[in-house]
Amino acid sequence: MTPDLHLWLIPLVPFAGFLVNGLLGRKFPKALVTAVALICSLVPAIQVAAIVTNFGSLTLPYLESHGAWIVAGSFHADFAFQLDQLTLVMLCVITGVGFLIHLYSVGYMAEEEGYWRFFAYMNLFLFFMLTLVLAENFLLMFVGWEGVGLTSYLLIGFWFTRDSAANAGKKAFIVNRIGDFGFLIAMFLLIAHFGSLSFGDVFTQIAAHPEWQSGFLTAIALFLVLGAIGKSAQIPLYVWLPDAMEGPTPVSALIHAATMVTAGVYMIARTHVIFDRSPLALAVVATIGVATAFFAATIGILQTDIKRVLAYSTISQLGYMFLGCGVAAYSAGIFHLVTHAFFKALLFLAAGSVIHALSGEQDMRAMGGLRKKIPVTFWTMTAAVLAISGIPPFAGFVSKDEILYQTFLSPNGGKIFWAVGLLTAGLTSFYMFRLWYLTFFGERRTSDAAHEEERGAPVHARSDAKLTLEADPHAHPVHESPWVMLVPLVILAVLSVVGGFMGWPEGFGGNNWFAHFLEPAVKTVHMSYEQTSVALATGAANTPHASPAGSKSLELTLAAVSTVVALLGWLFAYILYCAKPALPARLAQQLHAVYSLVRNKYWIDEIYGALIVAPVLFIARWLLGVLIDRAVIDGGTLTAGYTAQGFGALVARIQSGNIRSYAGWLALFAAVLLAISYFGFFPHFSLR
Amino acid sequence: MVPIAYYLVLSAVLFSIGVAAFLIKRNIISVFMSIELMLNAVNLAFIAFSRQWSQISGHLQVNGQIFVFFVMVVAAAEAAVGLAIIIAIFRARNTLNVDQIDLMKL
Amino acid sequence: MHLALFIIFAGLCVAGALNLLFQRHPINSALSLIVVMSSLAVLYLLLGAEFLAAAQVIVYSGAIMVLFTFVIMLLNAGREERTHGSKLAYIAGFPGAAALLGLLAYIFISRRGDFGQARIGDYLATTGDLSRVLFRNLLLPFEVTSVLILVAILGAVALARKEH
Repeated sequence: MTPDLHLWLIPLVPFAGFLVNGLLGRKFPKALVTAVALICSLVPAIQVAAIVTNFGSLTLPYLESHGAWIVAGSFHADFAFQLDQLTLVMLCVITGVGFLIHLYSVGYMAEEEGYWRFFAYMNLFLFFMLTLVLAENFLLMFVGWEGVGLTSYLLIGFWFTRDSAANAGKKAFIVNRIGDFGFLIAMFLLIAHFGSLSFGDVFTQIAAHPEWQSGFLTAIALFLVLGAIGKSAQIPLYVWLPDAMEGPTPVSALIHAATMVTAGVYMIARTHVIFDRSPLALAVVATIGVATAFFAATIGILQTDIKRVLAYSTISQLGYMFLGCGVAAYSAGIFHLVTHAFFKALLFLAAGSVIHALSGEQDMRAMGGLRKKIPVTFWTMTAAVLAISGIPPFAGFVSKDEILYQTFLSPNGGKIFWAVGLLTAGLTSFYMFRLWYLTFFGERRTSDAAHEEERGAPVHARSDAKLTLEADPHAHPVHESPWVMLVPLVILAVLSVVGGFMGWPEGFGGNNWFAHFLEPAVKTVHMSYEQTSVALATGAANTPHASPAGSKSLELTLAAVSTVVALLGWLFAYILYCAKPALPARLAQQLHAVYSLVRNKYWIDEIYGALIVAPVLFIARWLLGVLIDRAVIDGGTLTAGYTAQGFGALVARIQSGNIRSYAGWLALFAAVLLAISYFGFFPHFSLR
Repeated sequence: MVPIAYYLVLSAVLFSIGVAAFLIKRNIISVFMSIELMLNAVNLAFIAFSRQWSQISGHLQVNGQIFVFFVMVVAAAEAAVGLAIIIAIFRARNTLNVDQIDLMKL
Repeated sequence: MHLALFIIFAGLCVAGALNLLFQRHPINSALSLIVVMSSLAVLYLLLGAEFLAAAQVIVYSGAIMVLFTFVIMLLNAGREERTHGSKLAYIAGFPGAAALLGLLAYIFISRRGDFGQARIGDYLATTGDLSRVLFRNLLLPFEVTSVLILVAILGAVALARKEH
C-alpha cells in the first residue's frame, strides 16, 4: 500500500518562498526574510527525509500525476512527478546541500541591500531544480532545465550594476541556450519517433524493441549530449562557468558546484536507456568528459583567483562524471556527483569564508599564513582538499577511483581514457594543494603584488554603494566567520570525510551499498547475441556490462596507483609552494611560451570572440541591421507611406473649389462611362 | 419622313454644346442656362424615343412624354431655387464669376 | 417636306445653342436660349407631342427664361471678364465633351437602321392620352411634384429674401 507522498509539495514550498520574498521581501525586516527563506528550504529537506525513512514501503517508480498539461491529438504531456532511487539521491543532495547553503548565506550576505532578492532567487532556483529531478517527462524536465538557467543568470548578475557581472550572466545564459537547443531537437525527435515525452512511455517502447540500435537513437542521444554539454560546462561550452564566479560565493557553491551543473549528468543517467543503445553517443560522452577533465585541470594549475581555481576544478570533476557515464558506469558517475556536491560546495563555502575573513580579497597571491587565524575554515577546507585530491579514505577517493576502475575495464580505448584520467587526478591534487598552501601557509603577502598584473578581484558581499575594486586588507582584521557560516562548513566536512563509505567498493571489503541501491534505476539491459543480428554486427561494444569483468586484485592495484599519483601531486605542490617558493616564478620564466598560453586559458575566450561572436555581431549590425532592417523594411514602409501621401496630394488637387474643373472631370468620365457601357469593359473590337 | 436617328443626333449635339458652354462660361447665370440647354436636349431625346416605341409596339406609348412632363416640372422648380441661391451668393460675394466662388477649395 | 422643316428648325436650335456659347453678355445668351426652346417646341410638334410643345413654350420660354432674364437684369450682370480659373476645364472638359458627342453620334448613326421614321400625323399623343396616364397610373408622383413646387417656392423666397 503506497502512501501518498505529496511530491508536488517539494518544489512548491520553495516557490511559495520565492513569491513571498520576491513580492513582499523589500518591505520585510531582514529577520522575516531569513525566516521565510530558511523555512522554505528546510521543509523540502524534511519531506525528503521522511520519504527516505518510508522508502522501503514504496512501489517504484512512484508516479504522481496532476492533470494534463498539453493535449494535442495523440500527444499529451502531463504535470507528472516520479520518484525512484536516482531521483531520491538527487533530492537528498539538492535539499540537503541547498539548505546548508541557505544557512550559510544568512551570514555571508548579511550586509547586502538586495538580501531579500537574493533569497527569493535562491528559493526560485530550488523550485526549478527540484522540478527538474522530479519530472516524469522530458517536457517538465525541460521546464526545470530552462528555469535553472534563468535563475543562474539572475544570481550571477546579482550585483547587476557591475558590468562584468551583467556580462557574465548574459554569457552563461546564452551559452546554456546553445545546449538547450540540442535538448529541444532531441525532444522533437522523441516526439517524432515515440509519440510521447514521458520517460515511462519512451523507455518501455525502447525495451520492447531490442532491435532498435543506433540510428535515430544515436541522433537523439547526441542532441541530448549537446544539452548536457551546455548545462554541465563541458568542452566546447564550458566558457561560461569561470565567468560565473562573478556571482556571490554561495551561488557558486549551490548552482555551479553542487546542483545545476550536475543536471546534465543526471539527465544522461536518467535517459541511460537511450544511451545504452548507442555506443557512438557513449563514446562521445566519454571522450568529451575525459578531454574536458584534463583540459580544465591544466588551466586550473595557473589561476590566481581562488574562485577561478575552484571553477576550473568543477569543470574538471564534471568531466569525470561524464566519463563515468560514458563508460556506462552510471552509478559511479552519480556517486561522484554526490561526493563532489559535498566537497565542492564545502570548498566554495570555505573559500567564501576566507574571502569574508580578508574583507574581499580573492587573489591567492595576496593571501598566506591564515592557518592560525581562521582555524575552523582551515580544517574544513583541508578535509575538502584531501577529498577532492583522491586521498583515501576520503569521499573523493572512493568515487573517483570507482570511475577510473570502470573506465579501465571498458572496451574501446578504456585504457587510454584511464591514463588521461589518472594524469588529471594528479593535476587535481597538485592545484588543490597549491591552493591550500598559497592560502593558508607561509607569510601573509600584500595585495600590491597581487594586483600588478590584473584588475582588482571582485569584492565580497557589501552593498553597492560601498564598492571598492581593490580590497583593503587593513579594513577589518582577519576574523573567523560567524557561526551561521561555520556550521554548514563543519557538516559538509564530515560528509566529505565519511561520505565515501556509502559506496565503498567490494574490492576493498565493502558492499558498495550505493551502487546496489541505485542499480534498479540505472541498470543496463544486457542483451544476448541471439536476439538481434545487429548486436552481432556491432560486437561487444554494444552491450555495456553492468557488472565489471574485472577482479578484486585489479581494483586494488588501480586504487594504489591513483593514490600514488595523488600523493605525487601533493609532493610537487609542497615543493613549489611551500619549500621553494621562488621556484614557480623561475619555471614560469623558463617556459614562458607554455606558461603564457595556459595562464591565458589557451585564449579560448578570445578565439570564441573572434570566430563566433564577432561574425554574429557583424551580421546583426550590418547585414540585418542596416541592409535589411533599414533599407528593406523601413524602406518598404516609408515607401508605402510616401506613396500614399503623394497619391493623396495628387488626388487632392482635384478638389479645387472651382466648379468648372469639376464639370470638366464630370464630362470626361461621363464619356468614359458611356464608352464602357456601350463597348463593354474589355475592348474586343468586333466590326459589326 | 425624318429618321428618328436624326432627332437623336440633334439631341446629342445640343447636349454637347451645353457641356461645352458649362465649361467655358464664367458667368454663373450663363452656366445655369447651359444646364437648361442640356435638360432640353434630353427632353428631345425622350420624346423621340417615345415615338420610336410607339412605332415598334404599334399602339401609342406615352411614357417618354410623361418623363418629359416631369422633367419640365422639376426643371422649373430647380430654376427657381437655383436663381434664388445665385442671388444670395451675389449678395454675399458681390460677384457672378464662377472662378471666384471657390470657398470649397481643399 | 417634313425633312425640310426638320432641317430648318434643327439648324435654328444649333445656331441658338452656339450663340449661347459664344456670346459674352448673359442677356444675349438668354435670348438665344429662348430661340432654342421655341425651335424645340416645333420639333416636338413634328414628333407628335402637342401637349408638350405647348408646355415647352408656356413653361420654358414663357416662365423659366423670363425668370432668368429678370435675374440678369436684377443683378446687373455685365460682360464677362477674362479670368483664368481653371485650365483643367479646357484640358479635361473639351475632350470630354467632344468624346461625348462623338460617341453618341457614332452610336446613333451606326444604329440608325434600328430606328424608324417619323412622319407627321402618324402618331399623335393628345392631351387626353397624357392625362389618362398621369391621373390614373401616376397620380401619386403627380401630387408629389405639386408639393415639390410648393417647397421650391418657399425655398426661393427664403433664399432670395433681403437680410434685415
